[in-house]
Amino acid sequence: MADTLFHKVWDAHKVRTLPSGQTQLFIGLHLIHEVTSPQAFDMLRQAGLKVPFPERTVATIDHIVPTSSQKRPFLDVMAEEMTVALEKNCREFGIKLYLPDKMEQGIVHVIGPQLGLTQPGVTIACGDSHTSTHGAFGAIAMGIGTSQVRDVLASQCLAMDPLKVRRIDVNGQLRPGVYAKDVILTIIRQLGVQGGVGFAYEYGGTTLDRMTMDERMTICNMSIEGGARAGYVNPDETTFAYLKGRQFAPSGAAWDKAVTWWKSMASDKNATYDDRVTLEAASIEPTVTWGINPGQSVAIGERIPANADPEALAYMGFDANTPVRGTKIDVAFIGSCTNGRLSDIEEAAKIVKGHKVAKGVKALMVPGSRVVAAEAEKRGLHQIFIDAGFEWRGAGCSMCLAMNPDKLEGRQVCASSSNRNFKGRQGSPTGRTLLMSPAMVAAAAIAGEVMDVREVLEGVPA
Amino acid sequence: MNEITQVSGHGLPLRGNDIDTDRIMPARYLKVVSFEGLEQHVFEDDKKTNRGPHPFADMRYQGASILVVNSNFGCGSSREHAPQGLARFGIRAIVGESFSEIFLGNCSVLGVPCFTADHETIDKLQTLLEKSPETEMVADVKTGAITAGSMKFTAQMPVAVRDAFVQGKWDPTAMLVDKFDDVKKVAKHLPYVAGF
Ligand code: SF4
Repeated sequence: MADTLFHKVWDAHKVRTLPSGQTQLFIGLHLIHEVTSPQAFDMLRQAGLKVPFPERTVATIDHIVPTSSQKRPFLDVMAEEMTVALEKNCREFGIKLYLPDKMEQGIVHVIGPQLGLTQPGVTIACGDSHTSTHGAFGAIAMGIGTSQVRDVLASQCLAMDPLKVRRIDVNGQLRPGVYAKDVILTIIRQLGVQGGVGFAYEYGGTTLDRMTMDERMTICNMSIEGGARAGYVNPDETTFAYLKGRQFAPSGAAWDKAVTWWKSMASDKNATYDDRVTLEAASIEPTVTWGINPGQSVAIGERIPANADPEALAYMGFDANTPVRGTKIDVAFIGSCTNGRLSDIEEAAKIVKGHKVAKGVKALMVPGSRVVAAEAEKRGLHQIFIDAGFEWRGAGCSMCLAMNPDKLEGRQVCASSSNRNFKGRQGSPTGRTLLMSPAMVAAAAIAGEVMDVREVLEGVPA
Repeated sequence: MNEITQVSGHGLPLRGNDIDTDRIMPARYLKVVSFEGLEQHVFEDDKKTNRGPHPFADMRYQGASILVVNSNFGCGSSREHAPQGLARFGIRAIVGESFSEIFLGNCSVLGVPCFTADHETIDKLQTLLEKSPETEMVADVKTGAITAGSMKFTAQMPVAVRDAFVQGKWDPTAMLVDKFDDVKKVAKHLPYVAGF
């Protein structure tokens, strides 16, 4: 019977129906980090439980790592304590851990794919809502809470209810200056931040077919901002080409068998969906948020809607019927699990090259992982940013959620390539975040205000 | 495990859609290795920036057990620190228009039942609690019956979740570790575990 990847993966991992009516689902890959795991290990110890599949959990630190100096012990006492706790927990339970002294360290959603741990057809869980990122490979990847981290550690399973599947097709060619970030911001704007509750989003269509893995990850990453706990793209040749030769990807004779299995897990052509939505790529514009959730956005040439939420307007200091374009910024942040990969840095570098960051703007470029940083440095990209007046940092989450020293102050406005513009998200209770593509952030950093990136992209009519 | 059949006490009305977990528990309070003491920081920034007194800072709602919210409550970050903070603040049930899934799952494993009802009903209940904070509320898990003073309505909860609370099976860990042979069997059939 024709079926979706979601259902095929679900069925292959279903252990049984629990007495509670939920499904006991086997989790193929469990990723953990320092923020949402320490209490889980404590609960495990209190209950006297063991970790039966320690090799199926991989740990890193990303949220609290300082990105200026990563020398141990960290200057921040709590950051150090959390790191020590993770080291101790991983040692005790036999879990692989990548700290900043290892080349593998980085934001958990950047390193999973980079190491080839993230593969098609796998169920992936992590105590982090942006776990949906890994769906770009045709994995079913979901964010969980700390008690569930304990459950996965103790049983390699989760108690879950199945999701419905909404197929989202994006067809055609994106126009110059329009990026994957604009696609997902537009999808969220159209379907709403609650639109995906109860759904997994399956992204497809000719636009997605042509996208790189980095771009697909940007899209899947923000599924959760649209309310969808999981988002995925069916695996194809692009997926396989990305994975081939990676540290934890199958190799030799196993490779061909893996590809055959991966292909078999993709949604069938005539699969039926609980809902379908179609977008034309050509209709998508460079997009920027004006409010306090990622659905509150406009195309750069548009004005904030007349019926805009008054609470959001008051917090942001915007008026309805006015453009976001031209808004002065104080900080520019490029990075995060949404847009902290090599291609994001490359796109931003194209804009930044030969220019200077506007006076009074603090600009941060924070690579998503050590490997991304090293690769960018090898290509000399770091120098472009440094010459322009950006700070070139070590790998981590940084100002995406400001658990390290990188924070907004007061009511500062930040042009940010991250994923959340929630009140206070970037570390100041009154700080303001404008989400946009890395290229748009780069353009804003140079201009000192929000602008249309197409004006600085050579030969592109806005 | 405890059976949770009923929650009673005072209600705490909190208006607003899409209230995210960053607001419930600002990220700086995630720099901890335990959940203890998180109740002190619930809505800390909202309390400061709210126009007018924030319900969580309002003395009239001190000691409340049932939180009454609007739609998509708890969206955003998966941080369990948010429901942990609410639970430690004293919230033992939540009635709202809708919840984000991760938040809902977190509440379930903490033994905090979440009920849903339509906008008009929630709005009426919030207005009632704003006028009369001393209103006694009872939320019956088994039937979904919610009473607040003279106001009565039936709220929804997925049957499986309801049964889990009523039968005291809301913490899944014991069930998940119970049939470990079944888990091994599934693992053995997955090519990426068994080897391609
Ligand atoms: S970069 Fe931001 S969204 Fe991504 S894992 Fe880190 S804190 Fe979370």
